[in-house]
Amino acid sequence: MSDFVPPVADLSFVLRRLAGVESLTGLADFADVGLESLADLLSEAGRFAAEVVAPLNRVGDREGSRLVDGGVVTPTGFAKAWQQYVAAGWAAAPFEPQYGGGGMPWVVAMSIYEMVSGASTAWALCPMLTQGAIHLLTAHGDETQQSTWLPKLVPGEWTATMNLTEPQAGSDVGAVTTRAVPQADGSYRISGQKIFITYGDHDMTDNIVHLVLARTPGAPAGTRGISCFIVPKFVLDAQGRPGPRNAAWCISLEHKLGIHASPTCVMEFDEAEGYLIGEEHAGMRYMFTMMNAARLGVGVEGVGLGERALQQAEQFAAERRQGRAGGSAEPVAIVEHPDVRRMLLTMRALTEAARAICAMTGVAIDQAHHDPDPAQARRAQARADLLTPIAKAWSTDMGNEVAHLGIQVHGGYGFIEETGAAQHARDARITTIYEGTNGIQAIDLVSRKLPMGDGAVAAELYAEIEATVESLGAAGLAPESAALAGSLATLRAATAWLAEHRSTPDDVLAGATPFLRLAGFTVGGWLMGRALLALDGEDEAFAARKRWTASFFLTQLVPQADGLLPAITAGAAPLALP
Amino acid sequence: MNVIVCVKQIPDPALPGALDSSTNTLKRDGKLILDESDSYGVEMALQLVDKAGGGEVSLVSMAPNGEVSGLRTALAMGAAKAVLVSDPALQGSDALTTARVLAAAVGRIGGADLVIAATESSDGYTGTVPEQLAEVLGLPSVTFAKHVEIDGSTLKASRQTEDGYDEVECPLPALISVTAGVVEPRYPSFKGIMAAKSKPVDTVTAGDLGVDPVGWAGAGQQISDVAKAPERAAGEIVEDDGEGFAKIVSFLENLKVI
Repeated sequence: MSDFVPPVADLSFVLRRLAGVESLTGLADFADVGLESLADLLSEAGRFAAEVVAPLNRVGDREGSRLVDGGVVTPTGFAKAWQQYVAAGWAAAPFEPQYGGGGMPWVVAMSIYEMVSGASTAWALCPMLTQGAIHLLTAHGDETQQSTWLPKLVPGEWTATMNLTEPQAGSDVGAVTTRAVPQADGSYRISGQKIFITYGDHDMTDNIVHLVLARTPGAPAGTRGISCFIVPKFVLDAQGRPGPRNAAWCISLEHKLGIHASPTCVMEFDEAEGYLIGEEHAGMRYMFTMMNAARLGVGVEGVGLGERALQQAEQFAAERRQGRAGGSAEPVAIVEHPDVRRMLLTMRALTEAARAICAMTGVAIDQAHHDPDPAQARRAQARADLLTPIAKAWSTDMGNEVAHLGIQVHGGYGFIEETGAAQHARDARITTIYEGTNGIQAIDLVSRKLPMGDGAVAAELYAEIEATVESLGAAGLAPESAALAGSLATLRAATAWLAEHRSTPDDVLAGATPFLRLAGFTVGGWLMGRALLALDGEDEAFAARKRWTASFFLTQLVPQADGLLPAITAGAAPLALP
Repeated sequence: MNVIVCVKQIPDPALPGALDSSTNTLKRDGKLILDESDSYGVEMALQLVDKAGGGEVSLVSMAPNGEVSGLRTALAMGAAKAVLVSDPALQGSDALTTARVLAAAVGRIGGADLVIAATESSDGYTGTVPEQLAEVLGLPSVTFAKHVEIDGSTLKASRQTEDGYDEVECPLPALISVTAGVVEPRYPSFKGIMAAKSKPVDTVTAGDLGVDPVGWAGAGQQISDVAKAPERAAGEIVEDDGEGFAKIVSFLENLKVI
C-alpha cells in the first residue's frame, strides 16, 4: 500500500468552492470537456499518483539517474510509470483536443500535477517541462511545426526540454552565447553548451524535443537578440519517425542536493540541426508567454511536497511514543504534546493556504486564455499576472518551511535519511530557485505587477479581500475578521510606501521579498476566510477540519506577517555595507 | 463475445473500517470503491472481448445504498454498462442470497458467454459466492483461474492449486473465478473516466428482480457475537551464542516449512 494519500477532498473543495471551476463550463472551450466528472477525475488521478508514482520516490532518490555510455538511465520503474501515464492519457489532459488532448482547464491539470508531484517531484518534472514546450509550440510554432511535433508531445509519446541557462547566463538570460547559423535549406546549425537542463536526456521515450535559446549571426546583444529553436534528439525521417541521431548530447549530470532522480544535464550542441520558432530575436517574448503557467507549476510543487511532508509527519507523530502528557502513566504518542500539534497544524494550514492561492491563480490563467469577452480576459490576465509571483514564491517558501517542520516533528529520526522526512526538504529546496528565483519573483511583484493599471489591479484584489473581512465579521467570526483586516491594512500601507518610492528603485527592491511574504499571508488569509464562509453543505468532518486549519491560519499565522512592514519600508540604506 | 463481471463496491481499505454495533456488520454507508480483487476480473473480461474482436463487458453489483463510485471505476476501465441491485432490504444478506440476487441481475442482462468473479471479496472474505452463483445459473464453474483462454466455444484455464496448477477445459457459457495476478489491471484512462459518466447503470431493487426473501430475513446465518482479534503474542528473542542457527532450524521445522 502507498504511503501517500492524495488530498482529493481538499483539492475538490478548493476547486469548487474557492476557484469556482464549475463556472468555467460557461466558457465555450470548456463547455463539453466533462467538468461534471471532476470528482472522478481527481480520485482516479490521485489513485494513479499514489499507486504508480509514489512508490518511485524513495527508489528514485537512492538510485538517482546515471549517465551510461552517453545516455541517461533513469531509476528503476521510472520508464514503466511514464508509459502507464501516457497510456492512461494524463499527459494529454490539459491540451488542445485537435492534437489528442483532453481540453481540461489548466487549474484542473495543476490539481492533478499537485498529486503527481507530491507523489514524486523528481518524476513529475518530466511531464512539467514537456507541458511548457507544448504551450510554446501551440502559441508560436508554424503549422508544419505544430502538426509535426504536437501530436507526439501532447500524448507524451515524446518529451521536451527547455534549454535557457548557460554557465554565464542564469537569472540573466540575455547573456546567452549559444549560436545558430542559418542553412540553405531553411534550418539552422546550433552550437553551444547549456546547463541545468531537466530531463535533457533519458530512457523513457524514443525521442526528445529540445527547445533551445540561441543567437543568430549579428543578433543584438541582450534579451532582444535571442531566438528560439526546436532541436530534436533524433532528426525525423521522411515518415516523421525518429531517424539520424542529432548532435545534441548530455555530456554530464549534476550531483544535487535533491530531486536525484531527475537528470539535470549539461547539454552540448555541436552543429545540431534546429528549426526556428516564429521570428528571429523573439525568443524571449515566446518564453514569457508560458511563464505564468510554468511558474504556477513550480508553486504547485511546493504545495505537493508540503502535503507529502505533512502526511509523513502526521503519521510519525501518531505512532512515536515519547514523554507523558495529561498525567498519563505511560509514554504518549507525540501528537499529544501541544508543541508537536502546533507544528503539525502549522504545516497543514500553510499547505492548504498555498493550495488555495495556486488554484485562484490557475483559474485566472484559464479565464485569461479562454474568456471570449476581451475585457474579461484582460481582467483575468491582470489577476493572473499579479498572483503568479505570489503563487510561485510564497507556495515554495512555505513548502520548504513545511518540509523542514516535518523533519523537526521527527526529531533525530528526521535528520537521518531512513525515515524519508529529509528527502522532502531536499527535494523542496530547488523549488525556490528554478523557474525564476523567489527573489526574482518578489522583484517582479513589486516592480512590474504592483504598478499595473497604476495600482488598480492590486487595489481591485484588496477590495475583494476587504469584502471578505466584512463577511467574516457578519458571520460572527470576529477574531478571523480582525486578523485579516489587520493584515490587509498592513499590505495597503506597504503598497502605498512602495508606490511613493518608485523613483528610487533600490528602495523598492530592498523590500521586495518581505513584501511578497506579507502578500502571501494576506491572500492566503483571504482564501482561508472565504473557505470558512463556504462550508455549508460540505461533509461534516471535512468542514470541522477546515474550520480548525483556517481559523488557526488567520488568527495565529497571518498576524505574524504584520511585523514585516518595517523591513518593507526601510529602504536600501540599511542594506549598504557599513 | 459477451462477458459479465461480478463486482463489489467496498469501503476504502485505506480508511479505518468500523462495525455497526446494532447489526455487527461492516459500516458501508460512505463512499464505496471498486474492490481491487474485482479489477482483475474486469481487466480479464476486457482482454477476452478485445481478443474475440467483438461483444461487450457488463457489470453486475449489489449494494445496500445507491453508491456507484466503484462501478464508475470499472466503467472507466472500459466496461459498457452495469446493473446495480440497490436496496436497503439487502442489508444482512448472506452469501447464498447474494448469489441469487447476482444471478437474477446476470439474467436481466442476458446473453453472457462467460461470467467472471473474483475468488472472494476484500471486505467479507466469504469466498463462496462464485460457486453458488454458478449453481443458481446452472453453469459449469472453474475456480481460482490464474490463466484464461477462449478457444472457440471452449474455456481453457489454469487453475491454481496448493502445489501447482491444473489445466481445465469446459464448454461455454461458464463461470470462472479469477485470482489476483491473472492479468494486470489497467488504470482508467482520462478519456475512459469522461466516458464513464454517460454509460448506463440500471439501478433495480431485489423486488424488481423477483428475489425474495433477502437481507436478514433470507439469511441462513446470523451473527451471534463479535470479538476483538487477539493481541499478537510477543515474539521470542534468541540470543545467538553460536548455536542460534539450530534454534532457527527447529523453529522452521515446527512450522513444517522445512
